[in-house]
Amino acid sequence: MSGKDKMEQLEKIFESRELNVNMGPQHPATHGVLRLVLDMDGETIVKVTPYVGYLHRGIEKLGESLSYYQALPLTDRMDYVSAMSNNIGYCVAVEKLFDIEAPERAKFIRTIVGEMSRIANHLLWLATHALDIGAMTVFLYCFREREWILDLYEMICGARLTVTYPRVGGVRNDVPQEFLDSLWKFTDEFPSRILEYETLIDQNRIWLQRTIGIGVISAEEAVSCGMTGPTLRGSGVTYDIRKHMPYDAYDKVEFDVPIGTAGDTYDRYRCRMLEMRQSNNIIRQCIEKLPVGPVMADAPKFTLQPKDKMMPITHPTEALAYIIDEKVCKGCGMCLRACPAKAIFGEKKKPHTIKQEFCLGCGNCFVTCKFKALKLIPGGKAMSEEQLKELAAGPMPEEITKAAEYMVRHFEFVKKGPKVPEGEIYVATEVPKGELGFYFVSDGSGKPFRMRVRAPSFIHAGCLPRLCVGHLVADVIANIGTIDIVLGECDR
Amino acid sequence: MAVTEVRLSIHTPGLNPKDISEKIKEKFPDQVIDVAEFRDQVSVIVKKDQIVPICKYLHDDPLMSLDHLQDLTAVDYLKKKDVRFEVVYNLYSIRYRHKIRIRAQVPENDPKISSVVPIWAGANWHERECYDMFGIVFSGHPDLRRILMPEDWEGFPLRKDYPLIGPEFEKDWPGFVEVVNKAKELKEFEWEG
Repeated sequence: MSGKDKMEQLEKIFESRELNVNMGPQHPATHGVLRLVLDMDGETIVKVTPYVGYLHRGIEKLGESLSYYQALPLTDRMDYVSAMSNNIGYCVAVEKLFDIEAPERAKFIRTIVGEMSRIANHLLWLATHALDIGAMTVFLYCFREREWILDLYEMICGARLTVTYPRVGGVRNDVPQEFLDSLWKFTDEFPSRILEYETLIDQNRIWLQRTIGIGVISAEEAVSCGMTGPTLRGSGVTYDIRKHMPYDAYDKVEFDVPIGTAGDTYDRYRCRMLEMRQSNNIIRQCIEKLPVGPVMADAPKFTLQPKDKMMPITHPTEALAYIIDEKVCKGCGMCLRACPAKAIFGEKKKPHTIKQEFCLGCGNCFVTCKFKALKLIPGGKAMSEEQLKELAAGPMPEEITKAAEYMVRHFEFVKKGPKVPEGEIYVATEVPKGELGFYFVSDGSGKPFRMRVRAPSFIHAGCLPRLCVGHLVADVIANIGTIDIVLGECDR
Repeated sequence: MAVTEVRLSIHTPGLNPKDISEKIKEKFPDQVIDVAEFRDQVSVIVKKDQIVPICKYLHDDPLMSLDHLQDLTAVDYLKKKDVRFEVVYNLYSIRYRHKIRIRAQVPENDPKISSVVPIWAGANWHERECYDMFGIVFSGHPDLRRILMPEDWEGFPLRKDYPLIGPEFEKDWPGFVEVVNKAKELKEFEWEG
């Protein structure tokens, strides 16, 4: 064998070719169900192809089938890390569409909870980002403070994750004084806690090596890619919707917008750290300036009125029993179809009966009945069937008739929605991840004709190939962390 | 430390959205169909043929400099308007802080429009989603595939004639009565207090 042949043979054996590696969707470092297909030359990334959509629930399609009030809880399920901000984004957009304005106090409360969710989100981001890169302790420290914020959430609305606290036209309920006291204590202590995280990683040599010069993106490119939020500001672009298009109480508080210069992972990290301090400041200012007054806009045509106004009834709603008056019932079967629990029995053109043990007390039948054959009996759940029948035959007390009327109005209001003028609107708000936009097209009915969610995570996930190419595999993890994506929001 | 903090109180004044629509009308007189205004937001309805030159003009003109594509989506006006689809571009200028909305009409029998990826790189995934959900083809797009739905999915979910629930969910769940009966049976074992 000649030398040339031998060389060829050796080349064949040690032939180098691109390697395809599949990462995710069930990978702990991809922050959810993100799948990446990496084309690699040795350990260097040549091409990245992200695959999203594993968490697609069709929130836009669902939103088009529900009225403006019913779609609010869906927004919690998008970015579940900062549900409060998503709710605020939705409410601000719908308020603009209805042309109503929340009262001052509600605006300040929304600003407070919005900034709280920004801190909670950035803490979770820092925790997981540091964990991915290899700093375990930061994770535990961050979750300690995040827990505190979630406990504060619980104090105002009873929920920790999917809060649905803001409402169209204000907030659900006023905040208690003990919440404000506790939050004030938190803001007193929080800056020292940020210092704690920074002593751990800010000048840490491993941290600096893993973040400086990784995932660099220039300002022009970042704007062209549609990046927003701290991810964009790390590149030195001063785009913050809280300053550019102020909503809620952001024009009444003073705060700075931190920006970076290099546009790498370290600058974006610094931006978020400084942003947490600014959020802390905003919360303090809001508590100091918090005005007194109502928390729901006075627009009965567009907003849900307080429960005691809607249902002036002294009895607990759980104890209400519904019963069909056999003399009035024509047997049309409307209530039969409307009942979600299938508690109504009976044949066509014969009076129906309600089985009390199945009845949920939702009132669907009451609203659908055209002949007013249904009667409400307070405290009826504890009575026997004979007693109920006896009561049904007699006239209803006036208090109950009035309450029932209110309830029907409330029911129809939520189900059908208010009458909205025709038009279209795009309103953006600054959520922790970037710009969350809602685009509504209204056709005059109570449901949006088209509801579009501009999710920042979706755009940022699309930028991932740009950030990763040319770096090593280990830096892909740092890049996924630095763009701060939540796949629930990305896939909607 | 490379990070600085800035106060964003001073900025270059931008244009009135109505002035922008007037300028588009001047520049492309035969392309603009209508201008609509709602709650201080102006949208310009244009034909789809010249969408790339219009967008390029809005992006490159030094007075407009609409460099941030906030959102790109489509709306299906089935049985509401003569032209079924509209592709909506929400544009914003970070420097001048003005905005405008462009709506391009796309007919049902020829659902095609030119891609704006060369102007805004961020339009890439927006257009893919638009294709996925409405079936509008963006000619000139570098990588037009489905994005949120599986690649072998049939139909376009956000079209108005696409059902909200599948046929298997329209009937009642047959196990309902069984569950209720089982619950009754086991009632005696229920915890108290």
